[in-house]
Amino acid sequence: MKTLKRLAAAVSVTAGMAMAAQAANAESVLRVAMTAGDIPITIGQPDQGFEGYRFVGYNLYDTLVLWDLSQGETAADIKPGLATSWDIDPKDNKRWLIKLREGVKWHDGCDFVPEDVVWNFERISKEDAPQFNVKQFADIRNRTGNIDRVEVLGAHDIAIVTKEPDALFPYQLSYWFMISKCRLTELNNDYEAYAKAPSGTGPYKFASVVPQERLELVKNESYWDPNRIPKHDRLVLIPMPEATTRAAALLSGEVDFIEAPSPDTIPRLESSGMTIVTAPYPHNWSYQLNFVDGNFKHKEVRQAANYALNRPEIKALLNGYMVEGYTNVPPSTPYHGKPSVKYEYDPAKATELLKSVNCYPCKITLAISTSGSGQMQPLPMNELVKSQLDAAGFDTELKVMDWNALLDVGRPGREKNPEIDGINISRALQDPFSALIRHVYTKQHAPKGSNWGHYSNPAVDALIDEIYLSFDPKVRMEKLTKLHEMMVEDAAMLWVAHDVNPRAIAPNVKGFVQAQSWFQDLTPIVVE
Amino acid sequence: MTAYIIRRLLYAVPIALGVSIVCFALVYIAPGDPLQTLLPEDASAETIAMVRKAYGFDKPIPVQYLIWLGKVVTGDFGMSIATGRPVLGEIVKALGNTVLLAAGAVLIAFTLAFILGTIAGYRVGTPTDRAVTGFAVIGVSVPNYWLGIVLIIIFAVELNVLPATGMGPRGSDTFNLFDWNHFRYLLMPMVTLSLIPIGIIARTTRSAVAEVLNQDFVETLRAKGLMEWEILLHVLKNALPQVLAVMGLQFGYLMGGSILVETIFTWPGSGFLLNKAILTRDLPVLQGTILVLAIIFVATNLVIDLLQTAVDPRLKRG
Repeated sequence: MKTLKRLAAAVSVTAGMAMAAQAANAESVLRVAMTAGDIPITIGQPDQGFEGYRFVGYNLYDTLVLWDLSQGETAADIKPGLATSWDIDPKDNKRWLIKLREGVKWHDGCDFVPEDVVWNFERISKEDAPQFNVKQFADIRNRTGNIDRVEVLGAHDIAIVTKEPDALFPYQLSYWFMISKCRLTELNNDYEAYAKAPSGTGPYKFASVVPQERLELVKNESYWDPNRIPKHDRLVLIPMPEATTRAAALLSGEVDFIEAPSPDTIPRLESSGMTIVTAPYPHNWSYQLNFVDGNFKHKEVRQAANYALNRPEIKALLNGYMVEGYTNVPPSTPYHGKPSVKYEYDPAKATELLKSVNCYPCKITLAISTSGSGQMQPLPMNELVKSQLDAAGFDTELKVMDWNALLDVGRPGREKNPEIDGINISRALQDPFSALIRHVYTKQHAPKGSNWGHYSNPAVDALIDEIYLSFDPKVRMEKLTKLHEMMVEDAAMLWVAHDVNPRAIAPNVKGFVQAQSWFQDLTPIVVE
Repeated sequence: MTAYIIRRLLYAVPIALGVSIVCFALVYIAPGDPLQTLLPEDASAETIAMVRKAYGFDKPIPVQYLIWLGKVVTGDFGMSIATGRPVLGEIVKALGNTVLLAAGAVLIAFTLAFILGTIAGYRVGTPTDRAVTGFAVIGVSVPNYWLGIVLIIIFAVELNVLPATGMGPRGSDTFNLFDWNHFRYLLMPMVTLSLIPIGIIARTTRSAVAEVLNQDFVETLRAKGLMEWEILLHVLKNALPQVLAVMGLQFGYLMGGSILVETIFTWPGSGFLLNKAILTRDLPVLQGTILVLAIIFVATNLVIDLLQTAVDPRLKRG
């Protein structure tokens, strides 16, 4: 009997050790359902909008300047990436002196050297360079178009010379991904082959890809930032464009983390133990207005439209998943400031303003889409906006089109569609240029830039010129704040909502901190 | 018969050409621009012009069409604007996935609908007929995307016995029909996709069988003392050409892939591919996929015509 007990104890200990060993060896996998319809391309600058940047770009690759996504209390700002510092040359305000990080290796084992930056610049700018790629050129040109040349200064130093002085230039560097010269050269500059064996310096390495189905990345154990070595072994990214399907996949345990559950599925997800994370982020659901052709050329009409909106009612429509948009950037943005007007719901004032310019009823036409990146719930939201505007004295016509067609209206500017008074294209406000300047600077009039409605204000232009020459961050922040306040006071847009970007996460997934950014850091996530 | 087949095959060429011209024109008439997917929202006019030139979109539309057609006849369908991958590879892979799904749905739909339709047609006016007709009406009326979502809620979310999305477990690059771990991914989309054809074919079979049963020759067969199952065989043979025509059309539709069903189940077939290409105005993918689907549709109709002729020699074409 004693022998039997000893035997049983030995078996139990052995089994326990085996289970422990198995647990220790088990690979921890984070499976993410994206809203994209396909895997973002892996050749450097990703497609699929900022979702591609979020899941493929910043995971496989690094930029010279990265985003600090470690906290969710305030809007994310830039931090050192492959560059450890950047300073404007005291003798030349178009020359940035950049110190590169030492000891960084590409996933293929090659060293990251200054020549790689020059090679990467040619890849997206020099048409006759063997590594030039027109798709990559197109994707990043709006960020790198101001670069004149890149010079190697030493073993870890480069200079980037811009065509025009630009104090906001480091922000533009945060979108430009560095890919491995070694790997692409080894593959004879064949991007199709490179897409199946990409090499970056990011916190994850490429493992495998099945187009339209999944992309698998594994953790980069030797990532240069020890705080961002992933706390799980493998990241699986799955395209799943249908919101109901994403929710079902999470509920059935097929994925651990889903993007953008629709507001009506959130109660069901919560009741099943899923965590819903939200945070305001630099997103603007608004209407860019036509300042030349229609009724919005009058400031009173623009202000009336802003006063006519009952934003809490729109928030209720979305089950609370939005921040009311009274201004261009969310209040947590450092350069939000204190605008002298707040467009709280006041239909009587709206009517009064319309009558003051003899625009009652005031006919307007708004171009909207049925769906699209960052468009939230465009149809019910636009219907509600229309009913609120009409109640205050507008006569609103909604011109409905699909997302691609709306972009086609948005890009060439008001001149091509003068009958349209406003376009409902959600905008990313990730950096000061994207958030403010591009919408109101005369030099950004469409089709050259994204000032769709040709807003022009000499005082605003003068202030922006000063911002570009303000290399002192404190001075620059003051001017950016003033610019935002001027935009709000002049009702430079019809503001409605800032998205809070809900995500649903399985109970076994811990450690995710939602940054106030379009980009997110998945590396701290532990899958239990 | 050989001459007929050759003639039909030759007819298919102008049909395919016509489809490709109409499709090319429609895509250009529709608002939107294929370059939208390539370019950032604030791309400058200079950047847009350069990319337009690089992709050949700066040329007149007829010239673009002829260049595309010239490449297609040599088997080069070009590269996807959105993904940079060869279009032919994308189409072949997506069609392979849709064939799997459509074949399964066809097997379920044709078998079930034919049996149900025959029973109903043979017992017109009885409770059995009303039950089958009711089921067929439900099949035609219930939106398949709704059924898909309901099946997902029951079998994936609540019972957790079938996967909600995808077409195979993680780590598998190919689909193995004979492996349960793969096959279970096919079940729900297959059943969902079969619902509408079941309804349509069952109703057609019912009316065809009922119509043939009313013909004089059936009375003659009965007068001759044939067993009821022997009469049924005669009736089915006469009803078959009409049913086959409808089956052929349904098979063609299923091969085109169901945008809704494939999107709900994230099944990477031709419907899923087409939907993506439409939304992004990915012209090479759109053109290539529609051309290939049109050819498949024409080929399916040809096969059905030949089958009809084999079943009913009266339909023989000269």
